[in-house]
Amino acid sequence: MLDNRAETPRVHRLVLDVPGWSGHLPGQHVDVRLTGEDGYSAERSYSLASPPEEPALHLLVERLDDGEVSPYLTGEVRRDDEFELRGPIGGWFVWSVSADRTDREAARRPVQLVAGGAGVSPFVAMLDHHRRLDSPTRMQLLYSVRTEEEVLGRDVLGPETTLTLTRQAPAGWRGETGRIDAAMLRRRTIAPAERPRTYVCGPTVFAEAVASTLVGIGHDPSTIRIERFGSSGESS
Amino acid sequence: MSVLSRGFGRGRSRPADDRLPPGQYDAGDAFPVLSAGPTPHTPLARWDLAVDDGTGTRARWTWEEFRALPHEALTVDLHCVTKWSKFGTRWEGVAVDRLLQDVPDPAPYVLATSDGGYTTNLPLADLTGGRAWVVDTYAGEPLAPEHGGPARLLVPHLYLWKSAKWLRRLTLRASDEPGFWETFGYHLYGDPWREQRYSGD
Repeated sequence: MLDNRAETPRVHRLVLDVPGWSGHLPGQHVDVRLTGEDGYSAERSYSLASPPEEPALHLLVERLDDGEVSPYLTGEVRRDDEFELRGPIGGWFVWSVSADRTDREAARRPVQLVAGGAGVSPFVAMLDHHRRLDSPTRMQLLYSVRTEEEVLGRDVLGPETTLTLTRQAPAGWRGETGRIDAAMLRRRTIAPAERPRTYVCGPTVFAEAVASTLVGIGHDPSTIRIERFGSSGESS
Repeated sequence: MSVLSRGFGRGRSRPADDRLPPGQYDAGDAFPVLSAGPTPHTPLARWDLAVDDGTGTRARWTWEEFRALPHEALTVDLHCVTKWSKFGTRWEGVAVDRLLQDVPDPAPYVLATSDGGYTTNLPLADLTGGRAWVVDTYAGEPLAPEHGGPARLLVPHLYLWKSAKWLRRLTLRASDEPGFWETFGYHLYGDPWREQRYSGD
């Protein structure tokens, strides 16, 4: 552990030095295993929030008050502490510049990202990767977050990102507010006619609702990839 | 050799539970939902379930025909590769033995194919002998679409990604070719008690 700092009131950014790391693709996750002094262990999955170009691995961990692993990771783990990590894992919910170079046909299609809350983590990695390698692929993010203070990855998000604040908006806020619905998707995401490659990440109910609405406004289901975190699980 | 985390797990009451495979935790009353793509909503009038022996369709049931097949009630524990387990889930469905009974000399492997294009591979031996079902009822109610309705495969002794949601076809095959998640690095077999999560476990 190189650093563990509060990114927002509920989310910590863990910066990890992993000797011998094999590299990863934006969108992949790792399994974190904690083992107590009595031998008890627990494992959870977290998306990588850093691009492959960044030597340290970054995780954005949301503290779940009734959780077992996230309160420890956000509250107890300090610089120079060690824990076990396995990965990278997952080859479906990924986007990379090199894959677009290989698959020219797919690369002509734009990429639409839709995030709910801490579900923005893999997209922070994708957008950072996209920017650092100056990818020609058109990429947009629609990001649903409760309040402006809870926005993650501020240093990476840019003009490609549309925020919608679902709980509270600051005075003078001119952007979107409220939950993502069909009208907002039509207004703020790439149209079905452009056949975007769409990635949806967020809590189960969010991901289910957004994916169904995308299909409802005319997106081909086969163009939509989903990553969710379960109602009782921690962020994946 | 584990790296120990100072103070982790201290003071947490966790009675030993021999129903929990290694690395899993009890999800309690929750029933998390995971899938790679949007939930399909195939109308029952257009739904069917087919068995393919590798040369073509050998059996096919419409929704009404499938509902008329003999159903069994079962109560089983579920283990998802994302680490949650759920105990004592109640299902009703048709044993895969019944669906395959009219296929002579079935090939030794099966590919399950779902609406939406999802696939998963299993040895035939894991689907027969009363170890697997195609279920259409959960906790006494019609199986909800997000949990795989109208009907899903249920193979409770393997990680839950093997229990394909929105099942439409079982294809018998001579060799064990990887399905969807298996192509992306998940284990070819997926035994939770041997913690076969990923390729190489």
